[in-house]
Amino acid sequence: MRIFKIIPIIALLIVATSVKVNGQCKAFAKKECLPELENYTHDGNYHAAVLVEGEEAELYKTFYSDMEYRVAIVGDEKLPVIEFRILDTNKNVLYSNKDKDFAKTWDFKLQASQQLKLVIKVSSFNQPGDTPSSGCVAIMFGFKLKK
Amino acid sequence: MNRKHRISSGILTVFVLVLMLLVGCKGGKKPPQEEIPVKLPEDNAEILKDIKQAEKIFQALPSPIESAMLVKSAGGRFDESLLNPVGNVNTYVTVKSMALNLGAYTCDLSFASLYEQTQLIIDYMNAAKKMADGLGILKAIEESTIDELEANINNSEYIMDVVSETFLNSNSYLEDNGQPAVAAMVLVGGWIEGLYISTQLVDMNEFDGNKLVGRIIDQKLSIDILINLLAKSKGNPAVDELLSQVAKLKIVFDKIKLTTSAVRPEYDQATNTTVLKSEVKTDMTPAVFKELAATVTEIRNSFVK
Repeated sequence: MRIFKIIPIIALLIVATSVKVNGQCKAFAKKECLPELENYTHDGNYHAAVLVEGEEAELYKTFYSDMEYRVAIVGDEKLPVIEFRILDTNKNVLYSNKDKDFAKTWDFKLQASQQLKLVIKVSSFNQPGDTPSSGCVAIMFGFKLKK
Repeated sequence: MNRKHRISSGILTVFVLVLMLLVGCKGGKKPPQEEIPVKLPEDNAEILKDIKQAEKIFQALPSPIESAMLVKSAGGRFDESLLNPVGNVNTYVTVKSMALNLGAYTCDLSFASLYEQTQLIIDYMNAAKKMADGLGILKAIEESTIDELEANINNSEYIMDVVSETFLNSNSYLEDNGQPAVAAMVLVGGWIEGLYISTQLVDMNEFDGNKLVGRIIDQKLSIDILINLLAKSKGNPAVDELLSQVAKLKIVFDKIKLTTSAVRPEYDQATNTTVLKSEVKTDMTPAVFKELAATVTEIRNSFVK
């Protein structure tokens, strides 16, 4: 009969442990990415995921002409550098952090409101046969009213 | 028989410990030599192909805080009668209504904070807490947070940080715990509330050149983002219902003309900021505006009852 008492405990432990693993990006985002926004107000949105070396992610967002923005993109220390590019709707590259020594943040403002696309790529330094590393990547936006 | 049970229990205990160690190691920081080697094919092309297919796409709607800030920056006045009354909290019992109203109350809370409505800040924080608790979101808003808010009620910067953090706690909990449909509904609720308040604040006698109307037109840029966000959870009955409502809104937004010139980035060394220069041409007739306002009100009234 004891076995029937143990099975639910096992199930509970498995669930609790997996929730802990999934929840790691939230803690990472708050600890590592949020401080990068400095004096900008964080918009409160959460964009974070576990990415693997070489993997790409995209983000679409509207930015408004009344605001000044800072985007912060931070990856787990286990990952190689994170590249990011900002594109307009015509796929013109407006900014690439590759030109700024892979800076984690970019400050910008707009003359007219625009929908922009962010392309985030975890660069890759693994050799054939190596295990690609994985880790959290967080993207956060801060804003303040234009002066 | 007892011995059998003891053996089974022993095996299970070992199994649980091994399982916890394996899962726990995934996120831990360990020196490379301690990592369990995984055999991979020599050619990583197939793996990289899989990675490419697993590409992650984020659809980022303006948050309730950003929506409220946009209205204030456009000169919108504060009107308490436009907010969802906190007395409605007990009428929201379904996941859909609690999710949408968590977004709406967070938007109202942001308005109250930006316009320094001290008593309303506490009331709306409590209303948002009730929604978050109802959705089972652990530690989104704790009693201690509300106490600290009361103690710092005149510190607007502190209040905005708390509102931002509590919203982050809610949507990160939902995303990290496999509830993207609920997370999406929270965002949609906040966006609809912001759009509803903006449309209600427009004085039709001062329609032409109205800055607030300009910000409302800008929301056309987010309608596809909103639809794509919801479409990720297509098949969820609550989301499907919302998608059909939002489709009506898109029909109206499609009547608004919005053309933008090519964007030219110009770096300002003095402020270390890039200015994205472009010109925009928009055209929305008062008739289309009224249709938009009516459609937003209809959607908002379907969940703010």
